[in-house]
This record gives sequence, C-alpha cells and structure tokens, in this order.
Amino acid sequence: MTTAMAVAEAVRSGKRSAREVVDEALAAVAAGDGEYHAFLSLLPDEARAEADAVDAAVAAGGDPGPLAGVPVALKDNLCTRGAVTTCGSKILEGWRPPYDATVVEALRRAGAIALGKTNMDEFAMGSSTENSAFGPTRNPRDTGKVPGGSSGGSAAAVAAGFTPLALGSDTGGSIRQPAALCGVVGMKPTYGRVSRYGLVAFASSLDQIGPFATTVEDAALLFDVLAGYDPLDSTSLPSQAEPALAQVHDGVEGIRVGLCRDLVDGCAPDVVARVQEAADALAGAGAKVEEVSVPEFGYGLSAYYLIAPAEASSNLARYDGVRYGLRVDAEDVAAMNTATRTAGFGAEVKRRIMLGTYALSAGYYDAYYGQAQRVRTLVMQAFDRAYESYDVLLGATAPTTAFDVGAKVDDPLAMYMNDVCTIPSNLSGHPAVSVPFGTGAGGLPVGVQVLAPALQEALLFRVAQVVEAGAPS
Amino acid sequence: MSSSDWEMVIGLEVHCELQTATKLFCGCRNAFGDEPNVNICPTCLGLPGSLPVLNEQAVEFAMRIGAALHCEIRPSEFARKNYFYPDQAKDYQISQYDLPLNADGWLDLPDGFRVGVTRAHMEEDTGKLTHIGASGRINSALHALVDYNRSGVPLVEIVSEPDIRTVAQARAYASELRGILVATGASDGRMEEGSMRVDANVSVRPVGAEAFGTRCEIKNLNSLRSLGRAIEYEAARQIALLESGGTVTQETRHWDETAGRTDSMRSKEEANDYRYFPEPDLVPLAPDPAWQERVRAGLGAMPADRRAVLVSALGGSPTDAETDQIHAVVDLGLDSLVTAAADVGAPVALALARAANEVAAQSEAALQLDPAAFASTLVMESSGKLSATQSKAVLGALLERGGGDPATLALEMGLEALSSDALGAVLDEVIAAHPDEWARFLEGEDKLMGVFTREVMQATSGKANGKEVAAELRRRRG
Repeated sequence: MTTAMAVAEAVRSGKRSAREVVDEALAAVAAGDGEYHAFLSLLPDEARAEADAVDAAVAAGGDPGPLAGVPVALKDNLCTRGAVTTCGSKILEGWRPPYDATVVEALRRAGAIALGKTNMDEFAMGSSTENSAFGPTRNPRDTGKVPGGSSGGSAAAVAAGFTPLALGSDTGGSIRQPAALCGVVGMKPTYGRVSRYGLVAFASSLDQIGPFATTVEDAALLFDVLAGYDPLDSTSLPSQAEPALAQVHDGVEGIRVGLCRDLVDGCAPDVVARVQEAADALAGAGAKVEEVSVPEFGYGLSAYYLIAPAEASSNLARYDGVRYGLRVDAEDVAAMNTATRTAGFGAEVKRRIMLGTYALSAGYYDAYYGQAQRVRTLVMQAFDRAYESYDVLLGATAPTTAFDVGAKVDDPLAMYMNDVCTIPSNLSGHPAVSVPFGTGAGGLPVGVQVLAPALQEALLFRVAQVVEAGAPS
Repeated sequence: MSSSDWEMVIGLEVHCELQTATKLFCGCRNAFGDEPNVNICPTCLGLPGSLPVLNEQAVEFAMRIGAALHCEIRPSEFARKNYFYPDQAKDYQISQYDLPLNADGWLDLPDGFRVGVTRAHMEEDTGKLTHIGASGRINSALHALVDYNRSGVPLVEIVSEPDIRTVAQARAYASELRGILVATGASDGRMEEGSMRVDANVSVRPVGAEAFGTRCEIKNLNSLRSLGRAIEYEAARQIALLESGGTVTQETRHWDETAGRTDSMRSKEEANDYRYFPEPDLVPLAPDPAWQERVRAGLGAMPADRRAVLVSALGGSPTDAETDQIHAVVDLGLDSLVTAAADVGAPVALALARAANEVAAQSEAALQLDPAAFASTLVMESSGKLSATQSKAVLGALLERGGGDPATLALEMGLEALSSDALGAVLDEVIAAHPDEWARFLEGEDKLMGVFTREVMQATSGKANGKEVAAELRRRRG
C-alpha cells in the first residue's frame, strides 16, 4: 500500500478517485481481515458517500484537504455518530453514539475517510488485544503472535496495509507498544494537544489520542490534522501546534540525545541491540548522543497501576444498565446494576475497577492514590531535569518483540510489564513516538522510542525521521 | 431531666440552584417545569466520551454568594463524588471537596446572632426520579421515571457551622439566607420548586455541656414550616431516647410531613464511601483578584441593609407590627416602593402598611408595580385627596392593569374625596335615618361612632375620608 501522502496527492490532483481508493481498501479488508480481525465493524456506505463527496469537491476545483480520500481506521473507543462504538466490551455492544468525537470531525474536514472501527482490549485495558469481548486480533507480521495493545486493531490495520493511517489512544503505551510489535509508526502527543472529546474515557488524566502510520512523514501529517484547541475539552491546550510536517526533514545536527538506560536495560537482547544501532544512526546524522539514567522511571509502572485504575473505577461507573448499552434485569435497581456489570465487563476490566475502587477508599486513599500522585510528580521532575541536558530521550518501546497469542493472558503482572518503557510519558504528559527499527529474533519488528519535552512534537518527528532513515531495510 | 435541661445543636446545609441560562458543564437550558428530558445532551446525560466545560456565569453567581456571606474566595478544585444512583447520569457527581470556592464566612440573623458559614461550594444537580407505585415511596415503587432536565443544573451548597441553638434561629437563618440568595441575583430561592433545599443536622446535649451529641441529618424539608417542625420532632426524639438510657445513632433521616415524624433512611455504617478524588476532566478554578473585586463591588444591598434603610426612614424605633411589615416588604423585594413614597413626602408608616398588605397580597403583579405610581397614590391619600378605601382601590387597579397614572385612574373610577359640604349633606341623611342611635350617641355612647362612619362610607361608596367623618361627628356632638 502506498503512503497517505501519496494517496492524498493522487486524489487531490485527480489522478485517482477517492471512491476507487475506498473500494480497494474495503476489498482488501474483506479479503484479508478474516485472518487478523483488525476491524470490529466497517462503515462501507458512509465511507463511499464521503469518498464521493471528496471526488465531487475535486471535480468542482475545490481542495478537500490534506488527507483527501485517505482511508483511516478508528479505534472503537472513538465516538462515531450513528455508528456502533463498543470499546471492545459487551456492555456497549450495539451502542450508537449521537455525536462524533472532535478528532473524527477533524479527519472529515481534512478529507479523510473513516473506513471502520478497530478491535481493542476492552476499555483499552490490556497490552495484547486479547481482552476484547469480540475475540483477539492477530499480528499481521506473524499470526501466531499478538499485535500488542490496547490499540492492536489499529496497529494491525496499518501493518496489514488495509489503511495507510489509523487512530489509537494511548493511556500507558497503547499506541506505541502495538506500533512496535506490528512494525509501524505510532505516536502519543502531548497531553492536551489533541482533544479527548468523544474518546470514551479509560483514565482521563493519562488518555491521549494519536496517529498510526507506515512512515514518520505520514504520522506527522496526521498529527497536524488532529492537533488543536477544542473548547469542548477543558484540558485542551490553547497554544497552537507548530506544524510538524513542515520540519520533519530538518535533521538532527547538534541535537542532544540522551540514550536512557532505564528505558533499555532489562529489555530483551535483540531489542537492546536495535536501540543501540538507532543511537548510532542518530550520532551518524550529527546528533550528540550520551547515555543518561533516570531512575525515577522505575517507579512509573507502580504509580500508573494505581492512578489509571482509580480513574477507571469512576469513569466506568456509568455503565450501569440505566440509560444505554447492556441491561440485565433484576428485582431492583441495585441488583440490576450488579447483574449488568457482572455480565457486561470482562475479567481485566473488573480487576482494574476493583483495584481502583480500593485505591480510592477511605483510609487507603493517601497510601495508594495519594502516594501514586506524588510519584507522578517525581517522574515529571525527573523528566524536567533530564531535558535540561538533552533535547530528546531515546529508548526501547517494548521490552520484547511480539509474544505468542495466549502466552500472558493468565499472568496480569507479566502483561503489565509490557508498558514499563511507555508509561513515564503518560505520567508526565510528554509526547513520544515508536519508530520501527529492524527486526529481532524470529524476524519480528522492533520499535525504538523517541521521547521529547511537552509541545515539542515537531522536534520529536524530526528525530524520528532520522531514526527511520537509519533503520536497516 | 426535662426538655429545658437540654440544648439543641443545629447546623444547616442549604442547596440552591443558580439561575444561569445554561447548565453547569454544558450548553443545555437551565429551566424549571419543561417537558421531561428536553434539555439534555451527551454531557448532562453522561454519555461515553462526553466532557464537562465549566459555566463562567455559574462561577460568577457562586462568587456573589460567597461575597455576600463574607467568605474568603479561594483557589479551588472540582472533585468526583462517586456513588451509584439512577438519577446520577455518570454515577458520580462533580462537586468540590477539600478545596471549595468559598470558605470561612458568616451570616448575621436579624436579631444580631451570628452563624458561621463553613463553606459555599459549587456542584452539579442530579436528575429527578419519579417513583411509580402504590405509595409513591421508593421501597414500594413498581418502576421509576428519570428526568435529566435537572441533571447538571448548577448548585451552590452552603454549609453552616453548628452554631444554631433554637428552632427560631434555624428558621431565621434559612429565611435570611433565602433573602441574601435572591438579593445577589444568583438564585430565585424558591423552596416549593426545590431551587432552595435545606437539610438539617440536629443533635442535643445537656445544657452547659461542651461536647456535641451524636447528630442526625434530616432531609426532605420543603418549607420553613417543615424545617421547624422536623427539628422540633427530632430533638424531642433524641431527648426521649437519651433520657430512657438509649443512644442516638448517627444516620440520615427522612422528614415525613404528613405523619409529622422523621424516619431512618440509612445509617452511617451502611453509608457510601464516596471515594472523592480530583476531577481530571476539569482544571483548577482560581478566580483572579480583579474578578473577585468586580464581584464584591457589584454586590447590591443585602436584606439587612435594606431593612436598616426602612427602619431609619421610620425614625428609628419600629413597632413589632412595623418590624414584621419591614421583613415582609424586603423579602418580597417591595422596599423600593416604600422608599420611593418616602422620597416624595408620603408618610413612611402608611406606605409600609400599604406595601406589606395591599400590594404584597398580589405578589406576582407587585414586582411590576412602578414605584413612582405607588408613591403618588400614597401622596394623594395622605393629603386627603383619596380616602383610605379609595387609595386601596387605585392601588388595586394599578396592580391589575400593570401600570397607569394614579390621578387619571382615580378620575376614571370616579374616586375623589368628598368635599366637606357634600359630607355634611350625607351625614344629615344618615342621622335622619337613625334617630335612636343618634340620641344615644349624643348621650355619650362612643361605640356608635363606628356605626355612623360605616353608614356614611356605604352611602358614599367609600369616597368619604374616615377621619373627617369622625371629626364631623365629634364637632356636631359639641
């Protein structure tokens, strides 16, 4: 499949019709997705109608936008007006939101075509897309392996070549980790840079929507479309995003790169080797690379697994059977709530609701939630200190390449360890990107992670572009 | 021990709905009495993916309330109060917890007793449940209907210190607070529509004791009358319990207006753990000093100030009846009528009486009454151009028509005071018709003065001035 840049260019110049692009993508999904299960639902009628509108605009001499006719896959926790949005959960099976997420509107304004909704770990809780109530997604690089998660369906859709672009959400690494495991680019923006309005909340202070793409350039293009202030999201940042695409080829001459030992040591040897090679590639392109240690990152995982479940326990309270989604009838309201939630939520969601409820309980709040917030502050301060000496940090995205389907489903703690390298950026709210860099054992893709200070997405993409260019082909 | 050996300790929690155009966190209309579920959107229905955005006008109103209650306005934060209930769209309420917007204020009762105000914080209202079933009570309901029009309506909760010691103080506090809320423009303070709701924390202790007793929280108090009755009942219940060797259980109790009693709703042991934590979808709220200053400077006169104006207009020492009239007039917002009349030289006591009685009786129309028209009617009355009866009739016409010029109205209605010649002629006729009574009056039977006055009034359709009739009767008796 060609890049989003190439598709949009062809459609805008009239060389290809958006309708043809969309029909091809739908045909590819129909032919190939039985094997991967990247999509939970498709939007063929809506997609064709939107494609026709794009073609009509081109025919009329107008400009349908920078993503004209580009099919995009949407993680199924993004609200789409009138189209089923499940979050990978039985409790929302069949739910049709009456409104579009702000990012869905932004895509439409840019001429992109929403092709369908992708599979995910239920309510974005998981690192393998095996926690979906609708069955797991398989890794297109090796169908015996997981695609990572929770945005595994979006990563797989791009890796399989179904769509050049996809949207995911990243709460503890849910874009970057599956991007690494599937061999695509996945990026988490600065918290507040992309509106969360219409993103079904998992952990509100950590959630952020971001792009998947096959190239860094395409990811920057999509990021520019997504970023911007939204009055509907009180945590949206008022500052205007500096366009990232325009600077993506500016190189890394003189850029100070901190190779972060805490994001490398402890990873599998094949992963460690690729990160070192990426560091060498950056040095070769003129960056100043040094090793740095930020030991506070080691506490991130524990803090995350208190803060995220605490917020989730509150965010997921609304699935009570009263207004929408699943309802299991019982003798009174309280019994109906319990029966609905017992039947509607999967094991991992229940585990996190219980963890979070406990962490917020009277008498435990300070020891758990309060302490975790203090650790979060320490992690932020540690980032700030590191960025006094370095412009960006470099590390692994995930500790290993893609693991076998079923290998970790019965061991939650082993599953949680997948996020150890990605969580610090969620705690601090800083942007980070995973870039494919060669392969490891068994020919499976390895992802290298670049981290940057708040609002420095343009710099982040510049560095990522050089990593991508230096990757073994 | 007798009940006089016990002292009540009362703290009040008052919820008031702010009269903003839209809800606290979305653009839906904030209105009472619409068809169910018409003022709703993804945010106030708590749909997945929706987010709250704070209403600036609601913050302004909340700050006005804080300023009027002499609170410190502080940097604050919203928090989630988590509990499951079907009228609660998100199954958590966005409220303020450890960092309220307003704290450490006070409210002075009309008698000068000062009640501390712990805090006045912002929060969202819930939807409204209607239980359909045999008794209308939740336990026997067959099903329930939920109206989310009220979901997300802005509230300010005002929590008093446990400074109140009597039922009279509790009622005076609620009444004075209501007046303040209305005066700030933040709320209409209507208890009957639920836009002001009062919960009472009640405990008792032996007179002279330092420590507080165990308290109960009384809910469902829909009027000042229920507030007083419920506290009275609850204190008596607790005293009886303690005197018979029992203990009070800390719990929430429901006031049953019909039965005149409080019943246990839930005890502290089974109470919710609300698991408060900072609301991550909103940023901290810290109104800057300039905004606070604008709010404080823009605050109009409070009820106590307005009562003081009327007291001083009366010359400084009102009778009990006048004090009641002053309260009534200020509570209804009719004090501008009285001051307008006083400004053009009408007697203040007369203007106060007319405003508190004839005008206040038509409370809806009263607020539309033009102070200048009221004032000139009172001047016509006090100068003798209109009798008391005629003056009341002109006021009635002004209220009914929603305006007009009193002098023109009086002419139209054929109302003008009788000349003394005409009065004399009428009196002649009345005396001729009642010779026996006249003889007795001449012999000193004073109470017959009233009979003759009534007869004259009837004969003149109220055009005669009662004082002049009395004077003429006395003159003729010599």
